[in-house]
Amino acid sequence: MSGTTDMILVDKDGKRIDGRMPEEHRAVKIEAGVLANADGSAYVEIGKNKVLAAVYGPRECHPRHLQDPTKAIIQCKYNMQTYSVSDRKRPGTDRRSVEISKITAEALEKVVLTELYPRASIDVYIEILQANAGTRCAGLTAASVALADAGIPMRDIIPSIAAGKADGHVLLDLNKEEDNFGQADVPLAIVPSTNEIVLLQMDGNMTRQEFDKAIELAVGGCHDLYKLQKEALLKRYGDGGDSDE
Amino acid sequence: MEKRSARPAREIVVPGDILDDSGAKAGDNTYTVDGKVYAAVLGVKNKNQYGVGVIPLGGRYMPKPGDMVIGMINDIGSSNWMVDIRAPYPAPLHVSEVPWKVEFGDTSRYLNVGNVVLLKVLSVDEGKKIQVTMNDSGLRRLEGGRLVEIPYVKVSRVIGKSGSMIQMIKSMTDCRIFIGENGIIWIDGDEKNAEVAARAIEMIGENAHKGSLTERVKEFIEKELPNAGEVGE
Repeated sequence: MSGTTDMILVDKDGKRIDGRMPEEHRAVKIEAGVLANADGSAYVEIGKNKVLAAVYGPRECHPRHLQDPTKAIIQCKYNMQTYSVSDRKRPGTDRRSVEISKITAEALEKVVLTELYPRASIDVYIEILQANAGTRCAGLTAASVALADAGIPMRDIIPSIAAGKADGHVLLDLNKEEDNFGQADVPLAIVPSTNEIVLLQMDGNMTRQEFDKAIELAVGGCHDLYKLQKEALLKRYGDGGDSDE
Repeated sequence: MEKRSARPAREIVVPGDILDDSGAKAGDNTYTVDGKVYAAVLGVKNKNQYGVGVIPLGGRYMPKPGDMVIGMINDIGSSNWMVDIRAPYPAPLHVSEVPWKVEFGDTSRYLNVGNVVLLKVLSVDEGKKIQVTMNDSGLRRLEGGRLVEIPYVKVSRVIGKSGSMIQMIKSMTDCRIFIGENGIIWIDGDEKNAEVAARAIEMIGENAHKGSLTERVKEFIEKELPNAGEVGE
């Protein structure tokens, strides 16, 4: 949304610079249980994005003043590695990562059955290893798989994907060029069983009609991702052969 | 074991999967919306006369009253000890719940940080405040031996059907073994035998979802300890 370019983001056949159609998302790879020392973990690749998520808990909440006597709290930390972008990212917390951590935690709170664990804390760590636009969605997608992998009771798994507008076309799952030189970016996360929206942001400008189209595309994309998330979790335990338990 | 494997193929469910929409009673690890029962955790669908539930494949141990657990003392107060039982919450062991007469402030003479104890969960209230006790037969401090940790959901596999698995390990390795409901297992025996028993249990923890576990464990122990086996039988 920042710069201008003479690059043709969507050609006259409706094809995008990476060869996708407007309503097509990037190639997705999801793997659950990749880390041995965390209670739950997941690795997600969406296009050139590479994201690792780890979950600890529920465990005793520190610092104590954050404890909630009625439910567990979710503490999320979104972090970009210095090598995740082409210019070295200055390490540490910045305003952007605080925001993403907050919205991710709030989205996850809507599905985790936090009331089962009063005074406890569930810690989610999201590491962006490689970024190519849409890392907050990839991070949330990975985090919810990691939570399920950690055996934490939750109502559903959250998939998340962005839609947006570039070259006047409404597109699903923007890549870096489309994000940088496009007109709008709308990250969305839903609860698939009810289609409730748990995360919605918008950056840029769109008409009402374009916005509705973008939401429609993103909801569709979320349902595609949801299938892959479920597959990843089943694969973790599915290929072990028959149990005699 | 044979009887169980005759059951229909197990079905793995993920959070949000519909388990039942025909009015079955909601069991463990489920939630209900509009009369439909959904899975709340990643696990195996379990339908029986009590309703439809999910047996979890992972997750944290949640104490239940009456559970036998093994814990490690990690803090000492003047009238209690704090025990780590691998639960999301700390478990205080009050001086009135130990078999000794302890003077106020004299707690460290009886149990110290790092000591391992065999306990029973006394109560868990709605605020998830845990109380544990050592006032029951067989509960005591565990001296010597070694600890093995496995996910608590795998404990039932280590015990086996009516104790078959653990009986086999005990008799083949001639070890004394205590299994905590929280997944901590204490093993004491001859150096080599205890090592084999520990590795056998770790093997169960890693391969719990695979079939014919008893035979595999038996093979493993026979390979490691060729002249063992008939000692305790």
